[in-house]
Amino acid sequence: MISDAVVELSRWQFAVTSLYHFLFVPLTIGLSVLLAIMESTYVLTGREIYKDMTLFWGKLFGINFALGVTTGLTMEFQFGMNWSYFSHYVGDVFGAPLAIEGLMAFFMESTFVGLFFFGWDKLTKGQHLTITWLVALGSNLSALWILVANGWMQNPVGAEFNYETMRMEVTSFAALIFNPAAQVKFVHTVAAGYTTASAFVLGISAYYMLKGRDAAFSQRSYTIAAGFGLASVLAVIVLGDESGYTDGEVQKAKLAAIEAEWHTEEAPAAFTVIGLPDQEAMKTHYAVKIPWVLGLIGTRSIDTPVIGLTEILANNRVHIHNGIKAYGLLQQLREGNREETVITEFESLKKDLGYGLLLKRYTENVVDATDEQIELAIKNSIPQVAPLFWTFRVMVVSGFIMLIVFVIAVVASSIRKSRNDWILKLSLYTMPLPWIACETGWFVAEFGRQPWSIAEVLPTFLSASSLSEWDIILSLSGYVFFYTIFLVIEMFLMLKYIKLGPSSLHRRRYHFEMDQRG
Amino acid sequence: MIFDYETLRIIWWAFLGVLIIGFAILGGYDLGVGVLLPFLGKNDEERRVIINSIGSTWEGNQVWFVMAGGALFAAWPTVYAVSFSSFYFALLLALFAMFLRPLGFDYRSKLAVPAWRENWDRALFVGAFVPALVLGIAFGNLLKGIPFHFEDNMRIVYFGSFMGLLNPFALLAGLISLSMFIMHGAVYLQIKTIGNINERAKKCVIIFTIATLVLFGLAGVWIITLDGYHISSEIFPNAASNPIAKFVKREPGLWLDNYGHLPGLWAVPASAFIGGGLTLLLSRFDKPGSAFIFSCITIASIILTAACSMFPFLIPSSISFNSSLTVWDSSSSIKTLNVMFWVTVIFLPLIMIYTSWVFRVFRGKVTVEHIRKNNHTLY
Repeated sequence: MISDAVVELSRWQFAVTSLYHFLFVPLTIGLSVLLAIMESTYVLTGREIYKDMTLFWGKLFGINFALGVTTGLTMEFQFGMNWSYFSHYVGDVFGAPLAIEGLMAFFMESTFVGLFFFGWDKLTKGQHLTITWLVALGSNLSALWILVANGWMQNPVGAEFNYETMRMEVTSFAALIFNPAAQVKFVHTVAAGYTTASAFVLGISAYYMLKGRDAAFSQRSYTIAAGFGLASVLAVIVLGDESGYTDGEVQKAKLAAIEAEWHTEEAPAAFTVIGLPDQEAMKTHYAVKIPWVLGLIGTRSIDTPVIGLTEILANNRVHIHNGIKAYGLLQQLREGNREETVITEFESLKKDLGYGLLLKRYTENVVDATDEQIELAIKNSIPQVAPLFWTFRVMVVSGFIMLIVFVIAVVASSIRKSRNDWILKLSLYTMPLPWIACETGWFVAEFGRQPWSIAEVLPTFLSASSLSEWDIILSLSGYVFFYTIFLVIEMFLMLKYIKLGPSSLHRRRYHFEMDQRG
Repeated sequence: MIFDYETLRIIWWAFLGVLIIGFAILGGYDLGVGVLLPFLGKNDEERRVIINSIGSTWEGNQVWFVMAGGALFAAWPTVYAVSFSSFYFALLLALFAMFLRPLGFDYRSKLAVPAWRENWDRALFVGAFVPALVLGIAFGNLLKGIPFHFEDNMRIVYFGSFMGLLNPFALLAGLISLSMFIMHGAVYLQIKTIGNINERAKKCVIIFTIATLVLFGLAGVWIITLDGYHISSEIFPNAASNPIAKFVKREPGLWLDNYGHLPGLWAVPASAFIGGGLTLLLSRFDKPGSAFIFSCITIASIILTAACSMFPFLIPSSISFNSSLTVWDSSSSIKTLNVMFWVTVIFLPLIMIYTSWVFRVFRGKVTVEHIRKNNHTLY
């Protein structure tokens, strides 16, 4: 039987490698679009400075892109290597969007990225611009399919368990693709990527302006980033993926945990701004609440209640008892019993099979689980509240600060003369915020799904490969070792090129080359 | 729905073959070039010529590898789960080495410090050498069968070790893949370069083509006595995928069974030898473009030879024969195979078209002058 330690280590490894991967992905998604916008401006106006902007920000894009590709490979390997039961159990459904991502998006992005860097002299202006847009399209489509896969983990629609193959199988591809959880996630995530790239360009441009270098170059970059960033951060906030939290029990549990909503309140529910959530006592100490707001955000109505954790636990109790029955019937089916009554009863109970599997963590033989084991399974059928409560607030606060920064930046850049040092400093020093928001957002989405890897279908505990603790300690150390070195090298190169600025293009018209111009 | 389950399974076996061969051909020369880098490039400029001969297209080529993994996940999920978790440390080794490639290409020439560049050159060598060898070793182990079985509820348990993967036959397979990629990379460099590098590449073509064919011949002799696998119970090619519902036997020589039943299959290994011979000849007479076509054929034939031996097996189990994964019992559902068939039929030709266009744009020789002229923009 699989040990808690192996599962914990596998989860840590997945968290470390995907959080690290996600340092580079949002910037790739957003910067590819910004590059396309800059190059479009170049092609439309014919002004060389916009080409220089595309080239310079393109250089930084390249440094970032290399690590995105490097760490993306890990993600694809890792499902099979560390989550082999997951891969077997849901590959029929989950594998398809990943494969489509490769065919439709990753191929396009990777094939054309070479042309983006090296095709300038070999293509016409129009052709090169098309390539840049295709790279941007590729990276955005890539996000779409990855999030279709991830959305299905949150809200597994369009699939059914098949006892003959002992796995989930697709019943409707349309449901899988148009899964509301996936759609809102996609919009939320790419808009977050656009915001990240905008903050990146905004902050670095502000740095040049503070240093009084390359004014024309940096002001134009600043203006584009400010406008694009404001639109993007508004999209992130307004289209925040909260509306996706209405589908499925696990999404509801996630929403309740984020808000530390222990009991269902009368609609519209109040929003807990801050407090100290206490899972044992099922209450939030020192809670500061704003009436109505949670109901409005969570349900977009004033009369639908936001369901609380106590009620979710009560529902899970029923699900788990049904799940135990379903598991017993499954065992009969796996032993070859094909009696009509067994099949019919199993089919009617199988949607709760996953809840039966939750007990696998506490007992090998699910059907004769003791009352204590069942109580334990129920208690752990919702995520831990405090980490979600806090990370969500960090994300939201980061988002709103960015909104303020972008509003100020747009105002400042539309009044040309107001080159205000404090505005520039604000733009520079708030640069890390989108990364903080992206990482905490990822955490909220995935930690909030626990104890499931596939909501209500497959517990995380069962998903891991049957490896030994040492196997994973070794691989995890390897990842941490390599990723740390890579990050140091990447930051070193990135900072070097940021400091050089457009002078790194050797166009003989930027700051550090002025002396040599002669 | 046009196809039945059996047909779709065979189509997806073929698609997987197309993707693996696609990677071996396109990603293969990139790996070969990477291995040759420190030996054929005697100074920084020459090494930049070699790196830039593949620099603008390697990224797309590597997606064939990612795609083969993705297709495995979508169409053969149990095969993906068993192979990736069983080859844990082998894949980890290949993965860590492959980490070095995107960074090596992109970061190497961004600084003009010699020590920086030399270290990235080493990284690019390791990033090519290790996967070229390890992927071959993994395939060798597929022919041997790997020690896994299914517990209750289809949980996969692997009883082997990393050292167990390094058995003599698998090492031979590793050397085959290494030398065929080097052969292929050398032919490619002969096309893309002039002068010194071109001359050195030409010599490598001779050495590694001969090495590939000799090692491949050796594996062919070995396979006569190597244990092969065979489904001994009735086959239900349209049944739900349940890999523990059949009986499998293991005996020496069974991997030649298919060749016995269909003698026409001998054309496949034969074409590896003919292709290799022609590669050698055409390269010798400075026709590297045509030689390249034949080195592609050689590589495809070598992979197909193994695939034809093993069909319908994908991963035989060496400790629980009946748990072996075959084309008939480890695929996705008919619905997934069907939808993914249409997605592939639409996108794979599209990919081939735009990839060919990109290759056309970047056609022509890479020279030292070219590097000097574009000192700041090239890799």
